Amino acid sequence: MSTPLLEVRGIGKHYGRVVALRDISASVHAGEVTCVLGDNGAGKSTLIKILAGVHQHDEGAYLIDGAEIRLTSPRDALDRGIATVYQDLAMIPLMSVWRNFFLGSEPTLGFGPLRRFDVAKAKRTARSELAAMGIDIRDVDQSVGTLSGGERQSVAIARAVYFGARVLILDEPTSALGVKQAGMVLKYIVQARERGLGVVFITHNPHHAYPVGDHFIVLNRGRMIADGAKRDIGRDELTSLMAGGAELEALSHELEHGDGGLAEVAEQLEAEVERLH
Amino acid sequence: MTTAVPAADERLTDVDRFRRLIIRPELGAVAGAVIVFTFFAIQSPVFRSPAGVANWLDPASTLGIMAVAVALLMIGGEFDLSAGVLTGTTGLTLALLTVRFDWNVWPAMAFALVLALAIGFVNGFLVVRTRLPSFIITLSTFLMLQGINLGVTKYFTNTVSVGGIAQAPGYQAASAIFAKSVTIFGTQFRIAILWWIAVTALATWVLLRTRLGNWIFAAGGNAPAARSVGVPVTRTKIGLFMTTAFAAWLVGTILALKLTSVQANAGIGQEFEYIIAAVIGGCLLTGGYGSAIGATFGALIFGMVGKGIVYVGWDPDWYKFFLGILLLLAVLANNYVRKFAEESR
Repeated sequence: MSTPLLEVRGIGKHYGRVVALRDISASVHAGEVTCVLGDNGAGKSTLIKILAGVHQHDEGAYLIDGAEIRLTSPRDALDRGIATVYQDLAMIPLMSVWRNFFLGSEPTLGFGPLRRFDVAKAKRTARSELAAMGIDIRDVDQSVGTLSGGERQSVAIARAVYFGARVLILDEPTSALGVKQAGMVLKYIVQARERGLGVVFITHNPHHAYPVGDHFIVLNRGRMIADGAKRDIGRDELTSLMAGGAELEALSHELEHGDGGLAEVAEQLEAEVERLH
Repeated sequence: MTTAVPAADERLTDVDRFRRLIIRPELGAVAGAVIVFTFFAIQSPVFRSPAGVANWLDPASTLGIMAVAVALLMIGGEFDLSAGVLTGTTGLTLALLTVRFDWNVWPAMAFALVLALAIGFVNGFLVVRTRLPSFIITLSTFLMLQGINLGVTKYFTNTVSVGGIAQAPGYQAASAIFAKSVTIFGTQFRIAILWWIAVTALATWVLLRTRLGNWIFAAGGNAPAARSVGVPVTRTKIGLFMTTAFAAWLVGTILALKLTSVQANAGIGQEFEYIIAAVIGGCLLTGGYGSAIGATFGALIFGMVGKGIVYVGWDPDWYKFFLGILLLLAVLANNYVRKFAEESR
C-alpha cells in the first residue's frame, strides 16, 4: 500500500495528570475517508487538535508523507496541506460568500500602496469552485448568514479544497444538521474523496459515518477500542461499539431495579442490546 | 479542474436585487440626508444658498473625518470614547509647543501626531491584550486625557485656553493646507471639506477593495473565526485605534489652526457625536457591518440639522431632541437591515 498522507503511531496526550488520549494509531490515505467515532469525551477533539496543529502530542509519532514531524501551529498544518473545518466553521455571517471564501488569503492586484483585493477574481473563483464541487449557491454576493447550515459546511469544505488541502479534517460536520442537510454534506465529503483528498471525518453518528467511510476507528475514554476497514466492520457492530454495548447492558441492569416506568425502559434497552449483538 | 462559470443564476429574482440594495449599510443615511436637506431647503433660502451650504458643510467636515475613522473602528468591533478629547489633546499640544515653547508649527504638528499615534496604540494594545470591552478601556483614557488637558493647560498658562498660534513661525503655510478657505464658484469653502472627502474616499477604498478591508469586517464580525483563517486580528484592531487617533490629530490640527486658540475642554462630548454619526451611517454597535460613506452622510445630517434649525428660526435648544429621534430611527432601521442580512431563508 502507498505511503499514507498522514499517520499517527501510538499517539498520546495528557493535560497535567489527566490522560486525554492514549496509544492511538491511525492513517489516512489519499482518496480515502477515515472516520473517527466516539461519544462525548472520548478524545475526538483532542485528536483533531493534535492533527490540526493546535496542540502537540506527548507520546508516539506523527507522520506526514511518511516523515515524522512536529506541527508548531495550525498555520504550519495548513502549509503542509492539512486543513481543518471546525464545527463553528470560521465563517463570518455578515460577510458575503466570496469575501468569506478568500478571508485571510485574498488574491491581490497591483503593488505597494496600490495593492488591492482582486474582487473580480475572488467572485469568479468562488463561483466556479463552488460549481466544480457541485455546490449550488444562488449568489456569491449573498451573506453567509443567509445560507443553511449544510450550505455553510459545503462552502467551508470547498474553501479548504481550493486552498490546496490534501487532507481534510472535518469536525462533526453533520451533527447540528437535519437529515436532508446532513445528506448534502456527506455528498461533498464523497466529492472531496473523489478528488483524491484524504478525509478525516469525526462524528458521533455511525449512520453518517458508515455510508461514506472506508476505514473506521472508534474511541472511548481516550483509547482506541476498534480499528478496521469497512469490509471488516458491519454497520451494527459499529453502532454497538459506539453506544458502548457493554455499558448499555449495565445501564439496563441498573434500571431494572427501579420501579414500573423504569423497568419498561430497561426492557426496551435490553431488546436493543440483543439486537446489536 | 473545471472552471465553467455559470451565467447569472435564473433564481436571482427581483426580490433578491431589492434585498441586495436594502442591505447596503449606507442606504438609510443617504435617504435621511436627502430628506433633511429637502426639508430645510424648502423652508430657508439661506440654507440652500452656496454660502449657506458652505456654512453647514464646515462643522460637518471635521465631524465627518472623525465619524469615518470611528466607523472603521466600529466595523472592526471596537469603540473609542477618547477620540473626542484626543482632538483637544492634539490641538493643545500644538498650541502649547508653538506659543509657550516657540516651536515652529510643523515640528509641533509632528510631535502632536506622534503623541496621538502613541495614545491610539496604547488604547488598542490594552484592548486586545486584556480582552476587556474597549468601551471601558477608552473611557479611562478619556478621563485621563480630560484631566491632563486641563491640568497641563492651567500649569503653563494659568488659564483654561491657549491662544496666539497665528504668530508662530510656519503658521501661514500650515494654515493654508489645513484651515484656510478656498473659493469655488465665488463662495468660500473651508479646505477641511476637501480633507473630509479625501478621508471618506480613502476609507471606502480600503474597506471595500483591499485585504485590510476584508480583515476589518472579519475582525468585527467574528474575531476568533477570523484568527483561525490567518487574519491578523490583533494588528488590525491596534491599527484601527491608531487610525482613529490619526483622525483626531488631523481634526485637532484643523480646529487649532482655524481658531488659532484651543480651549482646555475642547472635544469633550464629541465622541458620542462621532459614534452617533457612524450609527446613523449604518454601523452596527456589535461590529462587522457598516460603511465609511454612511458615516459621512451621518455627519452631513448632523451639520445640516445643527445649522438648519438656526436658519429656519427654531429654538436651537431643540437640536439634541432631533438628534435623539434621528439616532433612534437609525438604530431601528439598522436592526431591521441586520435581520434581513443574517436571516436564513
